[in-house]
Amino acid sequence: MNDIVLPVLWAVLGGAIRVGTPFLFVSLGECLTEQSGRINLGLEGVLVLSSMAAFGGAYLSGSAWAGVALAMVAGALLAGVHGVLCGLRRVNDIAMGIAVMMLGTGLAFYLGKPLIQPQAPTLQPIVLGGASSSAQLQAALSINPLFPIGVVIALALAWLLANTRWGLIVRMVGDSSDAARAQGISVNRVRTSTTMAGGAIAGLGGASLTLFYPGSWNELLSSGQGLIAIALVIFARWRPLACLWASLLFGGAGALGPALQSVGINSAYYLFNAVPYALTLLILILACTPHRRLQGAPSELSVQR
Amino acid sequence: MEHKQWNRRQWIQTTGAAGASLVAGAWPLGAQAQSPITIGVIYVGPRDDYGYNQAHAEATAKLKKMPGIKVVEEENVPETQAVQKTMQGMISQDGATLLFPTSFGYFDPHMIAIAGKNPNVRFSHCGGLWTAGKHPTNTGSYFGYIDEGQYLNGVIAGHMSKSKKIGFVAAKPIPQVLRNINAFTLGARSVDPKITTTVIFTGDWSMPVKEAEATNSLADQGVDVFTMHVDGPKVVIETAAKRGKFVCGYHANQSKLAPAAYLTGAEWNWSSAMNSIIDAARTGKPHPNFVRGGLKAGFIKPSPYGSMVPEAARKNADAIKAKMVADQFDIFAGELKDNTGKVVIPRGQAFKQTAIELESMNYLIEGVIGKI
Repeated sequence: MNDIVLPVLWAVLGGAIRVGTPFLFVSLGECLTEQSGRINLGLEGVLVLSSMAAFGGAYLSGSAWAGVALAMVAGALLAGVHGVLCGLRRVNDIAMGIAVMMLGTGLAFYLGKPLIQPQAPTLQPIVLGGASSSAQLQAALSINPLFPIGVVIALALAWLLANTRWGLIVRMVGDSSDAARAQGISVNRVRTSTTMAGGAIAGLGGASLTLFYPGSWNELLSSGQGLIAIALVIFARWRPLACLWASLLFGGAGALGPALQSVGINSAYYLFNAVPYALTLLILILACTPHRRLQGAPSELSVQR
Repeated sequence: MEHKQWNRRQWIQTTGAAGASLVAGAWPLGAQAQSPITIGVIYVGPRDDYGYNQAHAEATAKLKKMPGIKVVEEENVPETQAVQKTMQGMISQDGATLLFPTSFGYFDPHMIAIAGKNPNVRFSHCGGLWTAGKHPTNTGSYFGYIDEGQYLNGVIAGHMSKSKKIGFVAAKPIPQVLRNINAFTLGARSVDPKITTTVIFTGDWSMPVKEAEATNSLADQGVDVFTMHVDGPKVVIETAAKRGKFVCGYHANQSKLAPAAYLTGAEWNWSSAMNSIIDAARTGKPHPNFVRGGLKAGFIKPSPYGSMVPEAARKNADAIKAKMVADQFDIFAGELKDNTGKVVIPRGQAFKQTAIELESMNYLIEGVIGKI
């Protein structure tokens, strides 16, 4: 029994961090954006563009961390397009988000053509399991160096939103733009800046994909991970710390299928491979009660109106 | 990327005109040996993926240099209605008269549907799906016996594996993939019958994150030599190399990605297959519906051995390769059991590579840990 349970457990734990890190960054970026009352579906495009930018930056400069920086800049710029255009009158943020998603993926495919073949320097893992004799444990504890950054961002966001003047302004803009205007706060400026900051955070997720795991640029790299992460924000009820747990849960779910097959449990692997998507559906079904407003949802979100 | 939506009336006009001119021009053109031709090549992924699409793109690049051939290409075309639009667009707008839809899922219903509407256009699908009597004669399939390459991969893997566990990262359980898994396992077990192959199906042709996860899970289980059947082997190769394991390549030569881990590989060489189909189209000969070949015909080739492969392993693999080229070697010979213990090839029976039975393979042989 131990031959099966322990390896699967380690693989799922390791996988939760390996596979879940991009989810974490994108969902944190979306969480911040939505707290200010705006939806950015374009983060899928941000994820694809920033993963390409990260790989390109690392390849051209020879430094993986330069790639990370470039990914954040690319993410902030693309999200900035969304932020600025959504500030115009009668622009729907959902439609705009889809346009930005297509713009981001299109740009990334176009600019990323010469980047599919080469290899770039990747981020070195933080090895925590060095003392352990088990190769599985060592592998599970070779942690993505961006993951701790994600945890810090989640903690910081949670604290800032709850306890600071800045957080209060963001939440007020998200809950009632009229109240914010009455206070003399520029709603557009706040939303544009949170959208851009959210894009920069999501950009870290892109960097994690191309510079750590799986560690190369390919056009099918994201395959909808950005969209799943956006759905995670609803699951996490717009709370940054819950985004962390939700991302780990989804990462682990993604690792479950291969882990079970590797130990010889291979009936119904289609089902196991579908677990993350089934989870997304389940969340959306559970989240849409017709009778009441979603708990924790900023009331300015256009899904709420 | 998107082709203009074609409407039925316009299309009848243009193809009608094209058909009429074809009939009218048939006499003088028939006398000519090589008429100019426009060829459409459709890829499911990017052309430079170090894998399946790159193998085709390399052959297509050679076609472009040949006189009288115009090539139109489109990449990243999904196996959906989209490929029908692409095919029709290449026919109506670019005037293509020979199409190479290269991905497995393009065949049915997409290529069959478009072929029915365009009886004067030839379609050559890469894969083993064309059946005489069942599918139109202006369509056909070509494929290579790359299981010969996977058998040789297995022989080298058998020599190199210390844990006696080898791994196979596969996309979908279709006959061609199963044949590769089985050939790889048979090759390894010809060296040491104790070896087992663990297979993981990722579910689709290109799933970079899942492929990396599959490779990691297998490495956790002590697998020390990997191979794969996915569209872009780059992720599996890099991940295996990062874990300090060996890897045998597939589709194209990936030794540059991990020189210290790359043992050998099974590579495609599509030029000869495509050329024979194109020649038939240009000289007005019947469309070759069933094109196959392996090492002997030059459809496939092994990658050069990595420097860590010892002399004994090279000699063993080279000897088997020589037998394959001389038609003296049958990979699938009885008695062969599947991994549930059922006899799939009885004692005394052996299948030649050309045997059509092998193209509907639906079992994993003894020694493979996995389920279809």
